[in-house]
Amino acid sequence: MLEAYRVLDLSDRTGWLAGRLLADLGADVIKVEGPGADIDGPDWQAYNVNKRLLRLDLAAPGGHADFERLVAGVDFLVESASPEERARIFDPARLRELNPGLIHVSVTPFGTSGPRADWLASDLEMMAAGGAMSLAGEPDDVPKRVTVPQSHCWAGAQAAVGALTALLYRTATGEGQHVDVSGQAAVILALSHAPAFWDLEGIVPTRAGAFVTGRSIKGARYRAFWPCADGYLNFVLYGGPAGRRTNAQLVAWMRERGAELGALADIDWKRFDPRLATQQDVDALEGPIAQFFLGLKKSEFLEQASRREMLGYPVSTMRDIAEDPQLEAREFWHDLTTPGGEPQRHCGSFAIIDGNRQPLAHPPGTAVDVRTLLAEFGADRIRSAPETAHERQTV
Amino acid sequence: MSAISQALAGVKVVEFGAYAAGPHIGKMLATFGATVVHIESHQRPDGFRTEYPPYKDGRPGKDRSGCFAIFNDSKYDVTLDLKTPAGIEVARRLTAWADIVIENMRPDVMSRLGLGYEAAKELNAGVVMISSCNMGQTGPRAQTPGFGSQLSALAGFCGLTGDPDGPPMLLYGPYIDFIASTLGATAVLAALDRQRRTGNGAWIDLAQYESGLLFVAGALLDYHTSGRIAERANNADPGAAPHDAYQCGGGTWLALSCWSDDEFARLAQTLRRPELADDPRFSTIAARKANGVELDAIIASCLVTQDAGDVAARLQAARVHAYPVNTIADLFRDPQLAYRRIWRRRLHGEIGDVACYFSAFDLSATPGDVTGAAPRLGEDNALVSRDFLGISEQEYAALEEQGAFA
Repeated sequence: MLEAYRVLDLSDRTGWLAGRLLADLGADVIKVEGPGADIDGPDWQAYNVNKRLLRLDLAAPGGHADFERLVAGVDFLVESASPEERARIFDPARLRELNPGLIHVSVTPFGTSGPRADWLASDLEMMAAGGAMSLAGEPDDVPKRVTVPQSHCWAGAQAAVGALTALLYRTATGEGQHVDVSGQAAVILALSHAPAFWDLEGIVPTRAGAFVTGRSIKGARYRAFWPCADGYLNFVLYGGPAGRRTNAQLVAWMRERGAELGALADIDWKRFDPRLATQQDVDALEGPIAQFFLGLKKSEFLEQASRREMLGYPVSTMRDIAEDPQLEAREFWHDLTTPGGEPQRHCGSFAIIDGNRQPLAHPPGTAVDVRTLLAEFGADRIRSAPETAHERQTV
Repeated sequence: MSAISQALAGVKVVEFGAYAAGPHIGKMLATFGATVVHIESHQRPDGFRTEYPPYKDGRPGKDRSGCFAIFNDSKYDVTLDLKTPAGIEVARRLTAWADIVIENMRPDVMSRLGLGYEAAKELNAGVVMISSCNMGQTGPRAQTPGFGSQLSALAGFCGLTGDPDGPPMLLYGPYIDFIASTLGATAVLAALDRQRRTGNGAWIDLAQYESGLLFVAGALLDYHTSGRIAERANNADPGAAPHDAYQCGGGTWLALSCWSDDEFARLAQTLRRPELADDPRFSTIAARKANGVELDAIIASCLVTQDAGDVAARLQAARVHAYPVNTIADLFRDPQLAYRRIWRRRLHGEIGDVACYFSAFDLSATPGDVTGAAPRLGEDNALVSRDFLGISEQEYAALEEQGAFA
């Protein structure tokens, strides 16, 4: 859908996903890296697949001039520079002069201005600053982050939304603009409705740990994670129509298997109200379920829960996900061969559009040089600065 | 609403959806000027109005829900009974009116109602429709129902959070829904841009599960390539030491990390323990990892009586990565978030003064805004019918009589 557009991506990992999403939607994305930058890690490869790679030294003679000529020929520029770098290389006024239609996207931990715009943050500090760590982990223990960094993805995904919002305006008016993304503010989206508790009731939501609390007026807590034969399951005794159906299906399944039912044997789920249960009630119901789950494999639970329309899922590892038949059936994975000849299996484009999942066009690290790019961009779109002697040597 | 300076001015959106994954897409578009109509009904209001706290003053009510309010500001609200032909008729007219249709029902529900993409295209050749559900529109588990909180376990997030020797951790709410809505918004906007240029519409099949996997794409590639299975590791990171949250005074916590030996030396200096930088137990990242328990105890003892905010400011002045672990209340007083005007207070019809989330990005030429608090149930039935669909007063009365707006 975005085949008409070019993106110059100078971001660090805070912004990588933005370019990946634009590429998956059809844009031609050029990832720019310095001559020595390491591109071998799985994160670089996963978030810079479907982009072409341009090695460019912005500090070298001619490098900056090349950059400016490229800027003149693209529709989007994505960067996650420090304030000093931005003033030197990505000054919005200068970029506008080079290309008035340019959509200039800055993706940084705190945004490009404000009292903490120059504060340092890795994933850990962004997840802390955005409130997510306060909601993960055991309530009286250390706040936790998700071990695989998330804040960069929240920032990068919001950057793509901002870039495309600005694109609609440009398509209508021809005018580009600056999109200023804050990773901290993006992480707040992960908190769901937690902020409303503070705003409406003055309640500070806390870390939920491995149990569901706050549902019973008698203070009972409900188990969310259950050990099973090969890992954990995520299952909760819910009320409501979907919860009642789930609970009844589980008991029917246990009955078919001849499992010990205990307190489940004669419970009327229509009368079960999670809000009124005591811890003793909950323990009596959860005991036999825990025993039953211990004998199940994750794949078996997933298959049965799906067939019986029960709420609940296994806690997947990366291997479980890699082997999931649902993803296979939807042709989610995309196999590529790297320029070095290595086979790779990537997450494919994130959506199926008009019945097609657009294939990834380039393996990570597909090299392209400045001369080729400028030729592709076409002389009519290039509004370059006057050439210098240095530049002629390097171009 | 000021139409001229908004990026999405003139973009018309109708939402047949509830909870988070659909309505949050509309919320993002509304913030930058799109006209968004949220459809529900009196018999079946959006579950976020009725099923989850918080409520204003703790008293439940369809128009008192904070959960609904936070994802539906700046929108119009219409109740339609889609079990009546009259309700379907108004839904069809909204589909003909809209540029974008957002739905997050189970697969096939919209088609059964005569509102699926094929029918929508008949009414409106250039319409962009996004269908967002748990597993996507196809595949062996397409019909599997599910909550986003549990889907977050299936997509790996819960298993990657917590102590390697303990159970997985919850991530509070339906974490993955907001990944899906954000990625969904990008697809919708790209399709709309193509529609503006070519007239062609699009149908976007978005699986919330698959969207979520993009947030663990590196770990998945690593598994496919090397067989390595990423595991939860508390707050550890291979590239930094220390890298954790530490308890400070007054119940506050501080997240901090050091990504080089020089940065660790600056940390030691700021904590008034400069000798740690030369201590062979801590002088290299490998040594700091090997002696992590001792190091964490020393850092913890330096911080336990201090205020996390004060220490963070001093560490940042010394160029050390640090931030207080903001609680939800802290998000409303964080100076950087305040500077960006992340919370915008608007007057809600029943709740009164309510904080609305603005946006994670600012646009320089078309700044966007929260144009109003979330609507009450069915608040805009008459206005939307008259002003957007051109329905006469007489016809409106007839539709109402036939139960369209129940």
